[in-house]
Amino acid sequence: MRDITLGQYFPADSVIHRLDPRVKILSLIAFIALVFCSFNYVSLAFTALFVLTIVLLSRVPLKMYLKSLKVIIIIVVITSLLNLFYGTGEPIWQWGIIKVTWAGIHNAIFVCVRVICLILLSSALTFTTSPTDLTDALERLMKPLTVFHIKVHEIAMMMTIALRFVPTLLEETDKIMAAQKARGADMESGNLANRIRALTPVLIPLFVSAFRRAYELAVAMECRCYQGGEGRTRMKQLHLGKRDAVCIVVGLLVIAAVVLLDIFFAAYV
Amino acid sequence: MSILSVKDLTYVYSQGTPFEHTAVDKLSFEIERGDFIGIIGHTGSGKSTLVQMLNGLIKPTSGAVYLDNINIWDKPKEIRKIRFKVGLVFQYPEYQLFEETVEKDIAFGPTNIGLNEKEIKERVLQAAKFVDLNPELLVKSPFDLSGGEKRRAAIAGVIAMDPDILILDEPCAGLDPLGRDILLSQIYSYHKERGNTVLLVSHSMEDVGTVCDKVMVMNRSRLEMFDTAQRVFSQGERLQKLGLRIPQITSVIDELIDAGFPLKRGTLTVEQAVEDITEYLKREGRL
Repeated sequence: MRDITLGQYFPADSVIHRLDPRVKILSLIAFIALVFCSFNYVSLAFTALFVLTIVLLSRVPLKMYLKSLKVIIIIVVITSLLNLFYGTGEPIWQWGIIKVTWAGIHNAIFVCVRVICLILLSSALTFTTSPTDLTDALERLMKPLTVFHIKVHEIAMMMTIALRFVPTLLEETDKIMAAQKARGADMESGNLANRIRALTPVLIPLFVSAFRRAYELAVAMECRCYQGGEGRTRMKQLHLGKRDAVCIVVGLLVIAAVVLLDIFFAAYV
Repeated sequence: MSILSVKDLTYVYSQGTPFEHTAVDKLSFEIERGDFIGIIGHTGSGKSTLVQMLNGLIKPTSGAVYLDNINIWDKPKEIRKIRFKVGLVFQYPEYQLFEETVEKDIAFGPTNIGLNEKEIKERVLQAAKFVDLNPELLVKSPFDLSGGEKRRAAIAGVIAMDPDILILDEPCAGLDPLGRDILLSQIYSYHKERGNTVLLVSHSMEDVGTVCDKVMVMNRSRLEMFDTAQRVFSQGERLQKLGLRIPQITSVIDELIDAGFPLKRGTLTVEQAVEDITEYLKREGRL
């Protein structure tokens, strides 16, 4: 149960850590688009290299990145295999309905590299940005949506609270499971239907306690006169600094480079 | 013959990671049938980990727990049977209630044992009686009960399994003083009537002093003392060094002894103290 790590922030002191979270989120979106816009081997290699540079700059142990890659490695393998076997064009090797074509091999390599880059990039964001910074930044980024009467602050607050309570609820689940096991609940054996039924004694107390906690938290917030986003100031103001400007410039240069590489090496597909 | 014994019991959390932490370190002791034992110790001294090993909820890193001279992990597939024999009531057990009615909730344990309907019904009524739960409440939803009633219903859920050994982890936490006294006396009379073994984890020295025959003192994952309550609580200074204290009445009597009055060290209850003092005063002709 404890192995589930949501909000896997890894505190360290690196350039990436110190960037403004808004810049990081926007860069992530831009670079994800970039990964899918690298159409030939040269630009793909360039993008991959760039992603690796970010990973190294973040000063988060490579082991952590490998761990997050481990989770999706099966998906990568399956999609690569599907691409490998279902390519179009002249087959270079055939066995029954399974055939391998050059197009298939290219596709497989592209998908594989792209998905890995994707995971590395988003891991880099979550490793270097604390959950509160993330939601803060999202709140600021979504602010224009208030025009459409969307309660941006409230949404961000909900996200913060949800993230905050994940470890608490996990711990609670552990406790309740132990208590029901002590009363002879059997959760490790039986078929799927039985196992699902065995979850009732855990889920109901868990929901009850989640509601209780929500209610208590609401009262505590009201006691401190919380009334939503209007007129609320923040303790930590986000400021764009020199570092962020450099990051934006570098990002734009990389995007330009990839587009140029896409055009000049269009033959290397 | 000892009903429960442990040998070199050790438990290490997150072994092999930087967060490695030894919660229980080479514990060995024996518990006799019919004992009422208090377990005291600082927060984080390993009490909760210890009791969870005693009923097989967590598997010891090394060492073994013997129930009736059989290692409980000899047959890992039958570990559930151990949990029926060693009933464990967790801290704040009311948070485990889940059924539609109190009756069904208390019946959860006995049903898991595989008893027939008649036996289950009997067990539920009996358990409810032990914790003095009004039979009218049995048809109610457990979420409609008061805090104290919920607590008692949850304890009844474990008693209904009729365990040979009953372990209670801080059963009185968060109850008002009257509720504490009532619950404690119910547990005590349950122990007297059934004659089974009870282990009580508590932070209240008064509670432990009033009901327990023997006391186990845990300190920094180790067993510091294990002796009769009287002998343990005669060592006020040693307990103080461990960040624990002795029951209030015991320390009052200790002060009187230091002031020159011939009383007994390790007096555990107010009743006993009153008796001793009256006797002394009579002897002196002052009463």
